[in-house]
Amino acid sequence: MKYETIVGLEIHAELKTKTKIFCSCSTKFGSRPNENTCPVCLGLPGTLPVVNEEVINLAVKAGIALKCKINQISKMDRKNYFYPDLPKAYQISQFNLPICKDGYIEINSKEKIKKVRLNRIHIEEDAGKLIHSENEAYSLIDYNRAGIPLIEIVTEPDLRSAEEAVAFLKALKEILEYCDISDCKMEEGSLRCDVNISLREKGSSKLNTKVEIKNLNSFKELQRAIEQEEERQRKLYALGEGHKIIQETRRFDSSKGETVSMRTKEDINDYRYFKEPDLLPILIRNEIIEKAKESIPELPNEKRERFKNLYKLNQKEIEIIVGDRSLAKYYEELVNKGVNAKIASNWLLSDISRLINENKLTIDKFPVRPDRMSKLLKFVESGKINNSAAKEVLEEMVNKLSDENPEEIIKKRGLIQENSVEKIKPIVEKVLKENEKVVEEYKNGKKQVKGFLVGMIIKATEKKANPRVINEILDEILM
Amino acid sequence: MEIEKLTALEIREGIIRGDFSCEELVKKLYKRIKVVDKDINAYLTLCEERALEDARKVDEKVKNKKILGKLAGVPIAIKDNICTDEIKTTCASKMLEDFIPPYNASVIKKLKEEDAIIIGKTNMDEFSMGGSTENSAFKITKNPHDLERVPGGSSGGSAAAVASGIAVLSLGSDTGGSIRQPAAFCGVIGLKPTYGLVSRFGLVSFASSLDQIGPITKSVKDCALCLDVVAGYDPKDNTSSKSQETISYLEGIDAGVRGMKIVLPEELLSQDINVEIKNAIEESAKKFKELGAEVEYIPLSVFNRGLSSYYIISSAEASSNLGRYDGIRYGYRTKEFKDVYELMVKSRSEAFGEEVKRRIMFGTLVLSSSYYEDYYKKALKFRENLSREFKKVFEGYDLILSPVTLDFPSKIGEKKSNLLEMNFGDVYTSNVNLAGLPAISIPCGKSTNGLPIGIQIIGDHFSERKILRAAEAFLGGAKV
Repeated sequence: MKYETIVGLEIHAELKTKTKIFCSCSTKFGSRPNENTCPVCLGLPGTLPVVNEEVINLAVKAGIALKCKINQISKMDRKNYFYPDLPKAYQISQFNLPICKDGYIEINSKEKIKKVRLNRIHIEEDAGKLIHSENEAYSLIDYNRAGIPLIEIVTEPDLRSAEEAVAFLKALKEILEYCDISDCKMEEGSLRCDVNISLREKGSSKLNTKVEIKNLNSFKELQRAIEQEEERQRKLYALGEGHKIIQETRRFDSSKGETVSMRTKEDINDYRYFKEPDLLPILIRNEIIEKAKESIPELPNEKRERFKNLYKLNQKEIEIIVGDRSLAKYYEELVNKGVNAKIASNWLLSDISRLINENKLTIDKFPVRPDRMSKLLKFVESGKINNSAAKEVLEEMVNKLSDENPEEIIKKRGLIQENSVEKIKPIVEKVLKENEKVVEEYKNGKKQVKGFLVGMIIKATEKKANPRVINEILDEILM
Repeated sequence: MEIEKLTALEIREGIIRGDFSCEELVKKLYKRIKVVDKDINAYLTLCEERALEDARKVDEKVKNKKILGKLAGVPIAIKDNICTDEIKTTCASKMLEDFIPPYNASVIKKLKEEDAIIIGKTNMDEFSMGGSTENSAFKITKNPHDLERVPGGSSGGSAAAVASGIAVLSLGSDTGGSIRQPAAFCGVIGLKPTYGLVSRFGLVSFASSLDQIGPITKSVKDCALCLDVVAGYDPKDNTSSKSQETISYLEGIDAGVRGMKIVLPEELLSQDINVEIKNAIEESAKKFKELGAEVEYIPLSVFNRGLSSYYIISSAEASSNLGRYDGIRYGYRTKEFKDVYELMVKSRSEAFGEEVKRRIMFGTLVLSSSYYEDYYKKALKFRENLSREFKKVFEGYDLILSPVTLDFPSKIGEKKSNLLEMNFGDVYTSNVNLAGLPAISIPCGKSTNGLPIGIQIIGDHFSERKILRAAEAFLGGAKV
């Protein structure tokens, strides 16, 4: 029997606001435990929530970026349950009137574009964090996260494989990052993913019992968890034990590489949702929607298309450059400052990337900003310096972290490229004389030694000679 | 100076004139409290040192001819569910027995800005659940008119304190009648403002969509004065209203009721009501007529049918609002537990009183997915309908008159066993909360054995001015 996997995702993304959703505490990550708390987010008696408008703005922005309809009247609800990390014993969330509904994201799947529908986006507050100490009889609670604003994005069950789920999450992450809605740091928990998964016979249109896997916090975990769960369910169906697949919540144990049951439907809370009486309905005026629309930058897929057409970049270059908004921004600044599109992408993907990795930086922290970089690359483009000289200059700019212009460094080091045949020719002849054996080999057909000769000649010119001119002279002499 | 007879307005004037100093006044009041409150048990906490300190500040201001606040030197009692910075706020519950808030409720901030003196915190039914103050975990407050009887509730301590002259005025809170009913039982004036007029920030929530803070006073003018201070938009309370009046509620308060159209719902008087109260209400209606108002009886069938909706909605919200008392962050924590769930269950079971537990259970039930449609949703529908009916009435009339209570305050311990009868006491008051309307309770007579009777005057949203005017006309400026 052939089975088809049905996957839907629920993604929680922390919104990039300075303050929490219902109070003015900071949202800074990595603060001391309980540093960012106040009577409101600790749920002390008598305190009341007040909605941070920036949360509404960002949620609307997310809705528009993800092609949703915006509910101009929505409301907050209470989701009631007891847990020590939940200060009020209810989470203020949205139940039946979310702020956004009916969106979609386009992903690439098997060389085709696939539309993955979104059911809804709603806003809610995050809970605190329990810290269990292994050797102690107690646990500690850090409420810094309590009240951090979240959006929950719920897809329709449109995904059909682990690969598609990963592609979707990557595309979503990219959009949220591009629009400055969330910083999407999965390792810090600012983007978290739950999966709903079921199997059915291929061709069938009915949905079988689904299983939820909670808290998958990396693409790798998402991929492996779906594959493992798919396999578990396929085996059960194959054995005729499909009834053993029950509606339950599981988690992925990455050390065992399998999903394990957390709780079954019987333990599922009755959340007793009802309208949050402390908050008025949320009315979204047209201006807020218009403003959100204006604030949305070019989205990744639009940018890919444009980079392909305008800069003639290949697929691989586009994926890397557009995949990181900051990289794309850096790239376009170089090009806008007059650097050739191909040279810009070559340098960005080779030497700049290498230096970033070596120095453990990000492109945003890369000390050579596009204005200086473009000056350097223009020296390369015009032939005034060669590639190896340019690398030397770049390394100096990175390592010295000085504001010196490439011009000054080039002058100081005397790196201006030598293009004159008259000046290079004597050096070429000298090097050939010193390496007669190699010349002999070349003449005997071992053409690859030419590179060695070129290198020797460049070295002899203190890296100044234009390799193109050297090659021309060599060809002429060795013909 | 007979402090028990002074109103807030008189105190402010006396201090300005130099008849007495604020310190002198406050000292005298505490002296009186120590004697009188032995019998009444109105206060849970007194804050004498702070009060004297604040009093001296007022005297300093007088000495330096500085501008004095609207409530300068006025000793005020605060219901113990309104948060006071560094002063215990217990909600009369074992759960919050040692809870000291690190902040003031917005109303407390406003009172202090107007130089009022906070005297202490008053007894109440635990978390405001009840109508006799017998549900306090700490004390039984007595009715100053008959020490064997309850003062009403839940703001029983606040009403008894004013009635016995151990506070000049007090703040209570009203979710289903908790200001008006004890005011009626104790023979004082109690106003429940329009929902949204007074900030709820710092009021420990019972039922968020119904709760309002309001004054309990000896005169209608004090009531208007206190409302002047506590009313107003508060950015910390999303449900507080932005569209509010800026002129004093005292302005035009003496204009009388001539030309006002006042109605009584016919259903009220056919109900199972004490005949002495019924007579007093009918006499009061006549009095309004004599004062120049047009008075009519009209059918308003929803008026006395609000009780079940009230209990469903208030308990549902309470079950959620009281979830936070889990023994984890503050409040009572059980001594022994084997895991965190047992900690929460045992702490809640041990620290909440019977009535609170009953309402949490009832509220949890009506919100649960299997009963939501049958109870909570229906109650919300009724609430909408009720608001519509009230709206229709106010299209044609200015005010509605009604009794506050069906009966006189019961003897202490008498009704505690009869829950249904106890809760039925809210029949005339809870509908007003459901519709978010303002209403005042003022004395309108006494029973043959000397117990006070109250009458309720209900107005349209934000018509406090009209209500106060009618109340002032009815009492002829008298203090109670």
